[in-house]
Amino acid sequence: MVFEKDLNLDATELRLGLPGSSEESLRISNKRALPDMNDDSGVAAAKKCDQETAPPTKAQVVGWPPIRSYRKNSLQTKKTEAETGGMYVKVSMDGAPYLRKIDLKVYKGYPELFKALEDMFKFKVGKYSEREGYNGSEFVPTYEDKDGDWMLVGDVPWEMFINACKRLRIVRGSEARGLGCVV
Amino acid sequence: MSEDDERQQSPPSDLEFVSNKARNCNATGSGSGHPEFQSTYPDQVLENVLENVLHFLTSRRDRNAASLVCKSWYRVEALTRSELFIGNCYAVSPGRATARFTRVKALHLKGKPRFADFNLMPPDWGAHFNPWALAMAKAYPWLEKVHLKRMSVTDDDLATLAELFLGFKELVLVCCDGFGTSGLAIFVSKCRQLKVLDLIESEVSDDETDWISCFPEGESNLESLIFDCVECHINFEALDRLVARSPSLKKLKLNRYVSIGQLYRLMVRAPQLTHLGTGSFSPSDIAGQGDQEPDYVAAFAACRSLVCLSGFREIIPDYLPAIYPVCANLTSLNFSYANITAEQLKPIISKCHKLQTFWVLDSICDEGLQAVAATCKDLRELRVFPVDPREDNDGPVSEVGLQAISEGCRKLQSILYFCQRMTNAAVIAMSKNCPDLVVFRLCIMGRHRPDPVTGEPMDDGFGAIVMNCKKLTRLAVSGLLTDKAFDYIGRHGKLVRTLSVAFAGDSDMALKYVLEGCPQLQKLEIRDSPFGDAALRSGLHHYYNMRFLWMSSCRLTRHGCQEIARAMPRLVVEVIRSADEEEMDDVVGTLYMYRSLEGPRTDAPKFVTIL
Repeated sequence: MVFEKDLNLDATELRLGLPGSSEESLRISNKRALPDMNDDSGVAAAKKCDQETAPPTKAQVVGWPPIRSYRKNSLQTKKTEAETGGMYVKVSMDGAPYLRKIDLKVYKGYPELFKALEDMFKFKVGKYSEREGYNGSEFVPTYEDKDGDWMLVGDVPWEMFINACKRLRIVRGSEARGLGCVV
Repeated sequence: MSEDDERQQSPPSDLEFVSNKARNCNATGSGSGHPEFQSTYPDQVLENVLENVLHFLTSRRDRNAASLVCKSWYRVEALTRSELFIGNCYAVSPGRATARFTRVKALHLKGKPRFADFNLMPPDWGAHFNPWALAMAKAYPWLEKVHLKRMSVTDDDLATLAELFLGFKELVLVCCDGFGTSGLAIFVSKCRQLKVLDLIESEVSDDETDWISCFPEGESNLESLIFDCVECHINFEALDRLVARSPSLKKLKLNRYVSIGQLYRLMVRAPQLTHLGTGSFSPSDIAGQGDQEPDYVAAFAACRSLVCLSGFREIIPDYLPAIYPVCANLTSLNFSYANITAEQLKPIISKCHKLQTFWVLDSICDEGLQAVAATCKDLRELRVFPVDPREDNDGPVSEVGLQAISEGCRKLQSILYFCQRMTNAAVIAMSKNCPDLVVFRLCIMGRHRPDPVTGEPMDDGFGAIVMNCKKLTRLAVSGLLTDKAFDYIGRHGKLVRTLSVAFAGDSDMALKYVLEGCPQLQKLEIRDSPFGDAALRSGLHHYYNMRFLWMSSCRLTRHGCQEIARAMPRLVVEVIRSADEEEMDDVVGTLYMYRSLEGPRTDAPKFVTIL
């Protein structure tokens, strides 16, 4: 419809969540989070209800009953990582002794992902251009896609990337030359 | 460093002289020709004697008292204190602590307040172990033991412990976070004298490092290895070899990635175990149908010294009978991850005559608790956790179970009981039947729930507890409570040191009763209760005697807290904002305040404002 943009249906849509948050950004506190228990968005509503009316509301309250989340999660039936909805990929960096693991679903886009990688491995991603890749950066993020090819991170749209990415590897700038952008 | 008002100053040479004296029992005092000592020689002999005597004093409360007698006792006590306990890592700086106590071998540190466990505090609030690790590396290179609770520990900190303390023997991390398996790998590989590595309810990130393989080859001194909270696969073959070369191993608690078949192999290797955490207690997925099952009963029977059993993380109840041979000797049994029924529990519990500590899930229902009450006459500590921790369900345990326990387990000292319904009558019965109660924590999961039989608030039940249980030091209340309940606590809870309050009380009076009535109060944690600035003011006379006060989602204002901060310079008053709060709101989301010798901490994150 021509008018969809003007109506701004997204902003007026009724859903649980603070304004500005999108459905994807559930706070994932650990691998086996219970979305309805740990969901931040229910809290603000629940807190306000609580102080106005004495009888218990149906909304879940943060930290009540006072059971540590480790215990709560341990009592769930065994879930595989896939069931919890996380998209975990291994991240390695040339020269770093240990692997890390990150959940791609937590990030909304490339800038956030890069910031997280920079924090984790203490390096700078540098500027990306379509023609020259990450020219001038000491370290360059690459990923292995479903076909087993190694690609530069950033060359395809975000949604496509998180579905295709199997693992990440941060390589030295000199080695990244020659990694094509395959569309 | 300036410690003028806290220490009576003695010149450093004084200290050195005394310590030389102590080491050298035949010293004649002619040492340095220091004029002061020649005239006070008899005092030096006295100090020498005192030092030798004070070595035997272990209780920290006794030591604190001894250090207040006079300057000389203060000095000598500081020299002889080998185990340093700091209940709030921000109450004193590492520098100050290491300056006063110069010969510490063991450090026990606590960080975040308990309510942080329930997501009531944003992560990265603080309690970093790092400055302590660095300070101790300089001050106590001979340090042997570190025990941390609710602290943030990094992989680097673990490396520091292993590399800079050559005789390091014991590491216990309870409810800690910030480190991963790579940190563990470095730690175990470099810590050659390690006897104890206990990771308890801590969050360990999975860096995919095989840390178990990093224990050095050759005979190990390991006495205790507890890693049931580590949520990563481990290299079982490496663990098997490690257990095989650890002849002193007494405590072993496995994580849920260890199958029952693997458990069998380890038990056969280590029948000398006294404490065992069984891991998953179910077969691995790969086990074939036709495979011969090992003789689990025999393995348990061979463990004649086993007194403490836990684990059962993914229990298949069919395997439970394997533990029959050890039941009669058990003093501690933790079934709090085992979703079993009363019928499954009964054959076990009926054999556990010596049981003193029992943790269990409410899946056993009131009927299961009745079975416990029938057999476990020596029970001292009971914890009943909910399988389904939501508010609006019919709970499987109730006042019936509590009543039964109170009648059967007269020696009960500590109880934590989660339930959906509870009556005043049952609580009153427990207060009369169990006079030795020291810890009473009742969590009625439905907020503001009254007594379902009488419709009354739960005031009288908790009132009876504080009146009749004369030794009570820790209390957690719940259910519908008016100010009257707090009046009872203020009047009768004279020994109460820790009090937890949630969704309770009508007005400021409730908090006033407690702050004015409980002289031993050390730790007060309150959430979602209608207490405001006036109530806060009523505790001014007492806050320096407390370790901390936590109040979240109450009715405090910023200027009310400011008043307290101005009136009490040695109190650190932190206002903690949650994500959706603005910085300049007058309403305070969370107040956390504690006494401190150091003033505002320098590592506070952006969401913390120190008034």
